Amino acid sequence: MISGAEMMVKCLELEGVEMAFGYPGAAICPFYDFLSYSHIRHVLVRQEQNAAHAANGYARSSGKPGVCIATSGPGATNLITGIATAYMDSIPLVAITGQVNSELLGRDVFQEADITGACEPFTKHSYLVKRAADLPRVFKEAFHIASTGRPGPVLIDVPVDVQQEETAEFSYPEKASIIGYKPRTEGHAMQIKKALEAIQKAKRPILCCGGGVVLAGAREELIAFAENSGIPVCATMMGIGVIPMDNPHYLGMIGMHGRSSANRAMQEADLVILCGARVGDRAVSAPQQIAEKAVVIHIDIDPAEIGKNMPVDIPIVGDIRKVLRILAEKVEKTSSQDWVERAVGYKSKYPSRGEPRTDSVEPRVFIRDLSAMMEDNAILVADVGQNQIWCARNFNVKEGRFLTSGGLGTMGYSIPAAIGAKLAKPHRQVVAVCGDGAFQMSMCELATICQENANVKIIIMENHFLGMVKEFQDRLYGRRYTATVLNGDPDFVKLAQAYGIEAACAATNEEAKELAKKMLESPRPFILVCRVDPDVPSI
Amino acid sequence: MKYTLSVLVENQPGVLSKVSGLFARRGFNIDSLAVGVTENPSISRMTIVVNGDEYIVEQVEKQLNKVIPVIKVKVLQPDAFISRELSLIKVNCSTKQRLEIIQIAQLMNAQIVDVTPTSLTLQMADTAEQIETLVTLLHPFGIKEICRAGTIALEKGAGVTAPSQKK
Repeated sequence: MISGAEMMVKCLELEGVEMAFGYPGAAICPFYDFLSYSHIRHVLVRQEQNAAHAANGYARSSGKPGVCIATSGPGATNLITGIATAYMDSIPLVAITGQVNSELLGRDVFQEADITGACEPFTKHSYLVKRAADLPRVFKEAFHIASTGRPGPVLIDVPVDVQQEETAEFSYPEKASIIGYKPRTEGHAMQIKKALEAIQKAKRPILCCGGGVVLAGAREELIAFAENSGIPVCATMMGIGVIPMDNPHYLGMIGMHGRSSANRAMQEADLVILCGARVGDRAVSAPQQIAEKAVVIHIDIDPAEIGKNMPVDIPIVGDIRKVLRILAEKVEKTSSQDWVERAVGYKSKYPSRGEPRTDSVEPRVFIRDLSAMMEDNAILVADVGQNQIWCARNFNVKEGRFLTSGGLGTMGYSIPAAIGAKLAKPHRQVVAVCGDGAFQMSMCELATICQENANVKIIIMENHFLGMVKEFQDRLYGRRYTATVLNGDPDFVKLAQAYGIEAACAATNEEAKELAKKMLESPRPFILVCRVDPDVPSI
Repeated sequence: MKYTLSVLVENQPGVLSKVSGLFARRGFNIDSLAVGVTENPSISRMTIVVNGDEYIVEQVEKQLNKVIPVIKVKVLQPDAFISRELSLIKVNCSTKQRLEIIQIAQLMNAQIVDVTPTSLTLQMADTAEQIETLVTLLHPFGIKEICRAGTIALEKGAGVTAPSQKK
């Protein structure tokens, strides 16, 4: 006989799960009991939301689905923001929650919450398991759904009695067979042909990459396409890193906080190739305007994204990597050399802003300095707010990764995500950059860093303001700083010391540079506090 | 404009809430939704009538296809399908009026399913338009209650909407 809980652990092992992030409680105890016999490393976080963010960081840097675990009721509801964050950025997660005894479901008993119902809008799929015998099929399907097609989070809710239920045998299915789920990966040959013709005809073509290119692992194919075609490339925030910032074809990030060079080129283009981008409002504020002037080719694995926010002339549904490989092979060099020169020329017309300072740390300059010091394959995790924009605009992703909560914009993401990323790739430099606001949303995870001995570096841009909101108040609300002043900030260096984490504070760019060097050389976690002038803008 | 969609789904708990939740959060307007099991007991058919334009119906179709237990979505072409709605109408009816209402029922091909000294209950299974006509005709007598089920529809001809691969 085998219990449901033991089956759950076996399923995870058979899926090749090596690490899981979670926080136990009564309704998930049977599972945790069996987890102790497994080689799967469990990372105890300090709040469930951070289990989902850590699994998110783990998934993004390892390329495998992240696993997070919580108990019923508040444990499960605390996961929601983390699940929604993963959903918006299409990150593969499998979230496992305990649930109250199935006979008590619906009676509002202690720590009961309808978590499959509550997560409905934020999950790719969810299961409430009623019989232990269903567990192998459910786990197989969950991992398959989370990691294929357009990836996303899948929730498995298991009542405590199902975890305890004894079943005669356990056999794990070799593959999932779901009648209504067969993602299309091959781009339609006819559509690809039409796209090539449109590219050939275009006078002012531009390629715009979103997070889908990163998720598809299509970096090489994209660079090949850019080089073979000579077409200038821009990226959304989620697309940052698909092409190195110093690549001659790269114009920068588009959008509200994007580079003028990239935005201007997008506006002037007569052909826009959207690649794995969902055309969110922060990336493209007026999609209709662009579509009126340009022929739009949209490549995406999710057919529902095509035409959702921007009218499309040539849709291509398929795996971006496969489609780009074909396009890169067949595309001819663009004849519009004058356009390429003009678009690329915008880069020098709109240079990076900021000068080194001696009264505070100029954050944009510092991120450029930091970028130059970091290893080529480093992982930078930006939080949400001004710090995110400073990083997005000034950090040069070479062979590494840029992780951030681009879709949901979840403050507090960077520290737990950095922990997950570091545990997945222990030999890579991992640096989290956050503001003093976001830091305080997840500073409880400093304990997780200590407990796991995770060599994560944290940079706090301290300006005693919720800077991004302050900037809106500066521009639109008559400088009335309602609820944006962070008066109660602790001494972050002393706080770090209380955890036994090395820390230092920089008051000038020169100091910040020296301390960043020290931080990167240290074999242990390190917190660098940068004193920043609250009036420094995002862009 | 109204569009009628025929949607095959896995017959399992929670599918209806996944589908109706999707309509609510994406701001699609459902006119009616009817669901019932098909010739295959593991598959149910939902007939959904949506009010919207071409963009909306395309989005509805694509978003429905993303729901994992949804097997097939078909937007039925106007005039290429049969649709029926079931309704029960309870109307005031004195002994004197009874004959007149029976005549209306015969004319409209409705059945009388319950009778009391002061009321009649009619049942009608027809298109939404025909039912509207019946309601109009009965209006002068004083309608006490109406209960209408959602529209169900099948394509005309010998072909079937089979659970093949999704689009």
